[in-house]
Amino acid sequence: MNQSSVAVASAPAVAAPSAVAVSLRQVNKSFGSGNTYLPVLKDINLEVRRGELLLLVGPSGCGKTTLLSVMAGILDVDQGVVDVFGIRVDQLSQSRKTRFRQENIGFIFQQFNLIPTLTATENVAVPLIIAGKPYQAALEQARHYLTLVGLGERLEHFPTQLSGGQQQRVAIARALVAEPRLVVCDEPTAALDSATGQLVMEMFREVALSPERAIVIVTHDNRIFPYGDRIAEMLDGRIVDVHDNPNRMR
Amino acid sequence: MWRIGLKMLMGDRAKYLTLVGGVSVVVFLFIQQGSVFCGLIGRTAKPVEAIGAPIWVVDRNLQVVDEFRGLLDTDLLRVRSVEGVKWAVPLFIRQVQVRLADGRFQAVRLVGLDGATLVGRPPRLLAGRIEDLNTPDAVIVGRAEMERLGNPKVGDTFEINDRRARVVGIADVPRDFLSNPYLYTTFERAVQYVPRERKLMNYILAAPQEGYTSEQVIANIRQATGLAAYDEDGMRWLTMNYYMRNTGIPVNIGISVALVFLVGMAVIGQTFYAFALQNEKYFGALKAMGAGSWTLVGMIVLQSVIVGLIGYGIGVGGGSLLGYLGGQGKGKLAFYTPYQLLVISFIATMLICVLSSLLSIQRVLRLEPAVVFRG
Ligand SMILES: Nc1ncnc2c1ncn2[C@@H]1O[C@H](COP(=O)(O)OP(=O)(O)O)[C@@H](O)[C@H]1O
Ligand SMILES: [Mg+2]
Repeated sequence: MNQSSVAVASAPAVAAPSAVAVSLRQVNKSFGSGNTYLPVLKDINLEVRRGELLLLVGPSGCGKTTLLSVMAGILDVDQGVVDVFGIRVDQLSQSRKTRFRQENIGFIFQQFNLIPTLTATENVAVPLIIAGKPYQAALEQARHYLTLVGLGERLEHFPTQLSGGQQQRVAIARALVAEPRLVVCDEPTAALDSATGQLVMEMFREVALSPERAIVIVTHDNRIFPYGDRIAEMLDGRIVDVHDNPNRMR
Repeated sequence: MWRIGLKMLMGDRAKYLTLVGGVSVVVFLFIQQGSVFCGLIGRTAKPVEAIGAPIWVVDRNLQVVDEFRGLLDTDLLRVRSVEGVKWAVPLFIRQVQVRLADGRFQAVRLVGLDGATLVGRPPRLLAGRIEDLNTPDAVIVGRAEMERLGNPKVGDTFEINDRRARVVGIADVPRDFLSNPYLYTTFERAVQYVPRERKLMNYILAAPQEGYTSEQVIANIRQATGLAAYDEDGMRWLTMNYYMRNTGIPVNIGISVALVFLVGMAVIGQTFYAFALQNEKYFGALKAMGAGSWTLVGMIVLQSVIVGLIGYGIGVGGGSLLGYLGGQGKGKLAFYTPYQLLVISFIATMLICVLSSLLSIQRVLRLEPAVVFRG
């Protein structure tokens, strides 16, 4: 049984090479050894296109977060090809991988992970500061992005002074500020109530989508399904289906 | 990134203050214990400083200035004839019992100066005139510990070994370790104040001629006479080393300092570790976002160094304040802070801070960026 090849074959159209942002081929990943050996990704084949928002869905424990981590270059694979914008991430040394993430990846976490002792502006500026941008210039750009996500009035607030939805918008600004080509989000709405989650998603699509950028969102929250262009379904470590989103909102 | 590191550190007021407070207390105790140690040991050499002479010639077996080892009259003549010796005069220092007006006895340090030159005399008199030391029965009392003699004034008398002593002056003399009052008199009279068999000088004070260094003259004296000779510093260290070897001061203070170090290390290490642990998920996020491990290590080291510097500043300030306030209380507190002590405690502080951040550093180095997506 080789579901993943079926999945690729059943994909509506094979993207032209230039349109491909992320390409995973025969990716395998396991954890532990001996008694604790656990294969988590099994022969994964998947393409993410430029300019699209791909939803990665499936039951809890099927390997979504692991797959997202592999794409983002924060987790090494056992086997297979991880190609992100033509960069063979699976072949990079640790220090180059760090550099790769700095230049290409934006992160959004379920728990926001904002640093509590930094203001919204400082939090958003962190990726720029990591990249070596001068402090004041980084703050300037951070303010611009905070304004984009509708927090122009909350620049100097600390995370604890913001609502959950506002915190996630700060996190979105932080994920986008360094203008990454791939944005990865793990359950971005899981910590939000559904109305807030939908608002955040709407805003996110608006500011994050761009022709050169690919976005992958891991979720099992079906209320945000309408915000995806395509949906990849996972089950037990395999991609079982990839299809255009029939309910996609325009 | 250093700004981010500092904001992470100082933003958490409670932990930050605990860290800085912990370091301050450790540094304070370090300085305090160390200064008391230096103060006590330094006091043992005060008699040497109070006399003040370029060269001390002493018995070969003398271990400490407070010990009595007599020299022969001929030794004085031999020293005078050594090449490079400009002058040499006898000196007598001896613990004797003074009988006070009310009949009590009090031990004093009796100093007998060469009557002709008064070499070794106190540098400053608070009352009376040094020349009066050559009048009959004259003694000059050192101010330190003077209360033990009932705070005598010029003109008062007491008895030493059934002989009369008359106060003709009060000298400014520092407190020393044995805490006995000083009584200055002339060599000739001093030997009258002690039992027969002790009528000996026990020191010869000397000076080098122009064109000779102290070291040369000391070497000449040693060679020509077989006696021991030291410059003032050598004499001070002879005495201080004796007290360090033969009293419990180094051990007792050493134990205190070691305990301070251990407890400080435990408290600071604990707090720092808790701080780093709590920040681990943010460090994970920074790693995911492309911060290198060594950047994060740099942030942690910076945090610990900043805590160390600020804590050191406060601790040293507190220690100095204590020394200053203690000095106000008529100098009973033995407190001396040489710069070496500041340097040593600075190094110790930095050591504590860096050691206590090692655990956190090791965790950050091992931290997998993939933890950012785990609950
Ligand atoms: N670091 C790890 N060590 C061991 N097992 C892990 C590790 N990370 C994930 N797993 C296991 O891999 C499986 C898939 O995890 P995950 O990718 O988080 O699933 P999902 O995000 O779809 O819920 C789970 O069974 C999980 O327990
Ligand atoms: Mg998950």
